[in-house]
Amino acid sequence: MIQSALSPAGPNAGSISRLWWLMFIVCSIVFFVVLIALLLSLRRRTAEPVSELTPTIEPPREQERRRRNVVISAVTVTVVILFVFLIASYRTGRAISSNRPDKTGLSIDLTGHQWWWEVRYSDVDASNIFTTANEIHIPVGVPVVFTLHGGDVIHSFWVPNLAGKKDLIPGKVNVIWLQADKPGVYRGQCAEYCGLQHAKMALWVIAEPQEQFNAWRQDQTRTSVPPSTDAQKRGQQVFMSSTCVMCHAINGTPAGSNVGPNLTHIGSRNTIAAATLQNTREHLAQWIRDSQSVKPGNKMPQHNLSDADLQAVVDYLQSLK
Amino acid sequence: MSRSTLFCAFLGFFLCFLVASCKREQRQFSAPPPTFKSYDVTLSDIHPGLAGTPQPVQNVSDQRAYDTNEGKRLFMQYNCSGCHFNGGGGIGPPLMDEKWIYGDKPEQIYSTIVEGRPNGMPSFRQKIPDNQVQELAAYVRSMSGQLRKDVAPTRNDTMNARRSEQRTERKTPQQTTAPPQ
Repeated sequence: MIQSALSPAGPNAGSISRLWWLMFIVCSIVFFVVLIALLLSLRRRTAEPVSELTPTIEPPREQERRRRNVVISAVTVTVVILFVFLIASYRTGRAISSNRPDKTGLSIDLTGHQWWWEVRYSDVDASNIFTTANEIHIPVGVPVVFTLHGGDVIHSFWVPNLAGKKDLIPGKVNVIWLQADKPGVYRGQCAEYCGLQHAKMALWVIAEPQEQFNAWRQDQTRTSVPPSTDAQKRGQQVFMSSTCVMCHAINGTPAGSNVGPNLTHIGSRNTIAAATLQNTREHLAQWIRDSQSVKPGNKMPQHNLSDADLQAVVDYLQSLK
Repeated sequence: MSRSTLFCAFLGFFLCFLVASCKREQRQFSAPPPTFKSYDVTLSDIHPGLAGTPQPVQNVSDQRAYDTNEGKRLFMQYNCSGCHFNGGGGIGPPLMDEKWIYGDKPEQIYSTIVEGRPNGMPSFRQKIPDNQVQELAAYVRSMSGQLRKDVAPTRNDTMNARRSEQRTERKTPQQTTAPPQ
């Protein structure tokens, strides 16, 4: 899916792109009309006699009247166009902000961190609350309310195909809602410069039919899968006894820190490092061994794991479906 | 004064502004792989014969503003604040005063973090990479004003009643005894 505000896949993005097309078309017409007027006036000027012995103090009355009419009508048209733009822009603004659905099945807390997204699905039933990262699943045709929080600096949440952007500000809570009308993967990204790896702070919004979403949600609320093979057991042991456990949480194990992304279901995600790398074995190993070579300046330190330990940790992480 | 002298004087004056664009330091992201080394640190006052002369250790993070700020972030994220309470002390001893139970030298702070200490200080060996321990040690020293003013962290991200580390008055480190067990 191309990340573009001009191929809208939801009502919010739809009204934004309609406004964009209206402004684009009207402004293009105005631009060409002005250019044609300019060319015409250039032609007329050369057609007039170049020299006159006695300058006329009084311009011809008929010509003067015509010119005044042209200026008045041009000003009127300009004012009318600007008013149309004003009203259209106001209506779009109302449509995407205050027309928030009051009854919605889904509400998501989104927190921006340097440089990844913390996604928390809230629910009245505490056992249905879970936390994931960088990948947001939503049901098709259902308005989803996002509550935006800033973790460290100001970030901005922008999924061009679904909605406009809104900032995530530390100490202030913002709300935005969006809805996807057709299933698909919509890429979003941070739209407010937030530091070194701002460009590699992306996320995926995956819109899927309601049943599929329910199944995914059911999966995510479960605690992590216990390791089954020897390699996975070794991997879990290495994870719990090394630097990993200082920042990451895996539900159902002693790892409970919330500094880095929650890894309870890391094996089920499509990407790692905020949609920077595909979630493959090689990428995971590369990321754990030397994440600074992928995203210089990111907050994950380098690790001195042996090759065997590294492979075991990757085995364990991949088993966390 | 001729016009060319005046021109040269003005040029020189404006060139001075270019100094402001000089780099204070180069950030280093790729740290050498951590080793969890132990330093030559003595905790006892009793020696057979004369006391040895330990090699002084230079903590490179003491000279880097980026590192001390990272130390400040890690101090919160690794929950040092859980016991040391922003340096004011509570469950653990205060870090912003002049009293040092286990020494104020970088290598001594390093050992305190990596090896742990009696009465509750956990050992973070193999849990915090070497370069981050150095950043934490630098930050701990900055809390009582031991670092240069242009290196110590400047900004508190949250409301805080205490002065920033950069504006902390320098305190003279003193050796005190460990609390009774």
